Amino acid sequence: MAEMNMLQAINSALRIAMEKDPSMLVFGEDVGHFGGVFRATSGLQDTFGKGRCFNTPLTEQGIAGFANGLASNGTTAVAEIQFADYIFPAFDQIVNESAKFRYRSGNEFDVGGLVYRTPYGGGINGGHYHSQSPEAYFTQTPGLKVVVPRNAYQAKGLLLAAIRDKNPVVFFEPKRLYRASVGEVPEGDYELPLGKAEVVREGKHITLVAWGAQMEIIEKAADMAEKEGISCEIIDLRTLAPWDVGTVAESVKKTGRLLVNHEAPLTGGFAGEIAATIQEECFLYLESPIARVCGLDTPYPLIHEKEYMPDALKTFEAIKASVNF
Amino acid sequence: MSNASTNQETVHKVSFLNKDSLHIPILRILQADGTPHEGAVLPHIDEALAKRIYDTCVFTRVLDERMLGAQRQGRISFYMTCTGEEAAIVGSVAALDDKDVILAQYREHAALRYRGFTTEQFMNQMFSNEKDLGKGRQMPIHYGTAALHYQTISSPLGTQIPQATGVGYSLKMKGERNVAICYFGEGAASEGDFHAGLNMAAVLKAPVIFFCRNNGYAISTPTAEQFAGNGIASRGVGYGMHTIRVDGNDMLAVLAATQQARAYALEHNAPVLIEAMTYRLGAHSTSDDPSGYRSKDEEAKWREHDPVKRFKLWLINKGWLNVADDDALTERYREEVLAAVKVAEKVPAPRLDEIIEDVYDVPTDALKKQLESLKAHVAKYPQAYPKTSGRL
Repeated sequence: MAEMNMLQAINSALRIAMEKDPSMLVFGEDVGHFGGVFRATSGLQDTFGKGRCFNTPLTEQGIAGFANGLASNGTTAVAEIQFADYIFPAFDQIVNESAKFRYRSGNEFDVGGLVYRTPYGGGINGGHYHSQSPEAYFTQTPGLKVVVPRNAYQAKGLLLAAIRDKNPVVFFEPKRLYRASVGEVPEGDYELPLGKAEVVREGKHITLVAWGAQMEIIEKAADMAEKEGISCEIIDLRTLAPWDVGTVAESVKKTGRLLVNHEAPLTGGFAGEIAATIQEECFLYLESPIARVCGLDTPYPLIHEKEYMPDALKTFEAIKASVNF
Repeated sequence: MSNASTNQETVHKVSFLNKDSLHIPILRILQADGTPHEGAVLPHIDEALAKRIYDTCVFTRVLDERMLGAQRQGRISFYMTCTGEEAAIVGSVAALDDKDVILAQYREHAALRYRGFTTEQFMNQMFSNEKDLGKGRQMPIHYGTAALHYQTISSPLGTQIPQATGVGYSLKMKGERNVAICYFGEGAASEGDFHAGLNMAAVLKAPVIFFCRNNGYAISTPTAEQFAGNGIASRGVGYGMHTIRVDGNDMLAVLAATQQARAYALEHNAPVLIEAMTYRLGAHSTSDDPSGYRSKDEEAKWREHDPVKRFKLWLINKGWLNVADDDALTERYREEVLAAVKVAEKVPAPRLDEIIEDVYDVPTDALKKQLESLKAHVAKYPQAYPKTSGRL
């Protein structure tokens, strides 16, 4: 074990994966000698050479298309999209190509060895174009896996699993936690399962579900609720596609209440999908309407970031409203 | 001041460059009568290669003619011909190693035939039956086969271009002595993926042959409404790429250019751009009617430049083909295609279970649940779902 922040944990995962898989390449804008704007790929070019860790021209659609081509020919490809806000030029290559490569060819070809890493989310004074959480655009695309880690330990284990998974994965990294999340992380190789949620705290009165950077927000809200005598069960979804219905449903059958929190805007967000499924699975167990504490249906505002955010206080209020319904 | 990417020459009066500043000739080897131009340097070609090329052209003509008919009879939903562009497609694929990876746009089935795709395989795909390698999931002509290194066709235009750069880079990193070839039309070259793919290939040094079929039209849009520059070839120079423009209706010119492009790409780990000037003699697809945007006279003029006819004259001049054999070949393929249609259209559709396969490497729990629910529904209303209800 060593103390690492999330960037160091991601860097460690990439290094281990590249050591064990000689075909694996890491590339994107500024990821080469410079090590990426957040330094997630720091030192990889020195170790593995310019052929395996390198800068690309400034073209997200090109990065994604190139990644598809590499993976289709059996090369493991880890592409960095510098900010999730800039993933949209690559949308066609991800949604129409990566996601459908296996299906459309009847499994003659696939791009299973492909991961898109991209920092997402707000809380860093980044305004509209350095703060978005676009995960729900991808969860509606069959063929993609969508993964979001909540801390350094999770980031390393989930990234190693994502790289070795036989399906294309979009791996959203909560950039607000890149340096803020520090914890004990094994120096060696380990994987955490994709498609499995984790109950991080057991409770009795309400289930709180989130992922990524919002996990610390709902944990804080749960602490506040506990002082009022409300016991919260907390679940980190970890993988949004395919998501672990069983773990959430089992918890809601126990607590009778559900709150989902995400940073992305409310309408069309992934909380809606969770709410719809859970009311089907747990209809007769529900004691109150499923609550969604999410971003506003506005672009991400710079000066009003604090007001926009589905923070601990808003979550705490929603917990009380649900329990007192 | 100037950075390292440009030359250092300066001038002291304003002087603009324009589209004609770059002189791009067209490589032509065969004359209309099938004899080589004086001084022309012929590609490497022996009788066996010439016959394989010609056989592919004859088959493709027959396939296109018959399947166009089958579509009109309502036996298949959709079709696209490559009539008029056979030299561009077959001449280029014939310059390659059979393990070079092909990333095609959609009109390149002649290249697939050249690699050995069987008549039965063509039919299974077009009839979306259970023997189709693509499991009946895509419209007719979206072929793909790993065994023949021909990546499955994707309808969105140009997406294969940056992918070809990735395939080329992958081949280089694996140390394989192969290249990728990427086909696209001059219309697709307006997509952002064209710029992304060619620029990345040049910068990252990927052995890829970018092969543009400049056939005059993107559905109805003529080249004059597609770009204002000096064709597509002028852009290759801008990317710092070896570039050539060829007569796309001249089999030997295409073959020569592609043979040398491949050698260069492998030797230098670098991409090459070939712009083949040709003409789409047929409609864009069976959903298109060219009489709305071009004249019969224009089509007739291009028909005189038929690429297969020109190559055939050369073969006859060489003594490698006689007219009687040629007629027999066409007749044999007509019968073969017709017989294959009759077989393929009777093969059942893939079973319903296959609907959830290959979304992921293994179906998710949610997909299995959806399938079970769908099967129960189909079983309840079998008449409404005749393709699958009989074999649940």
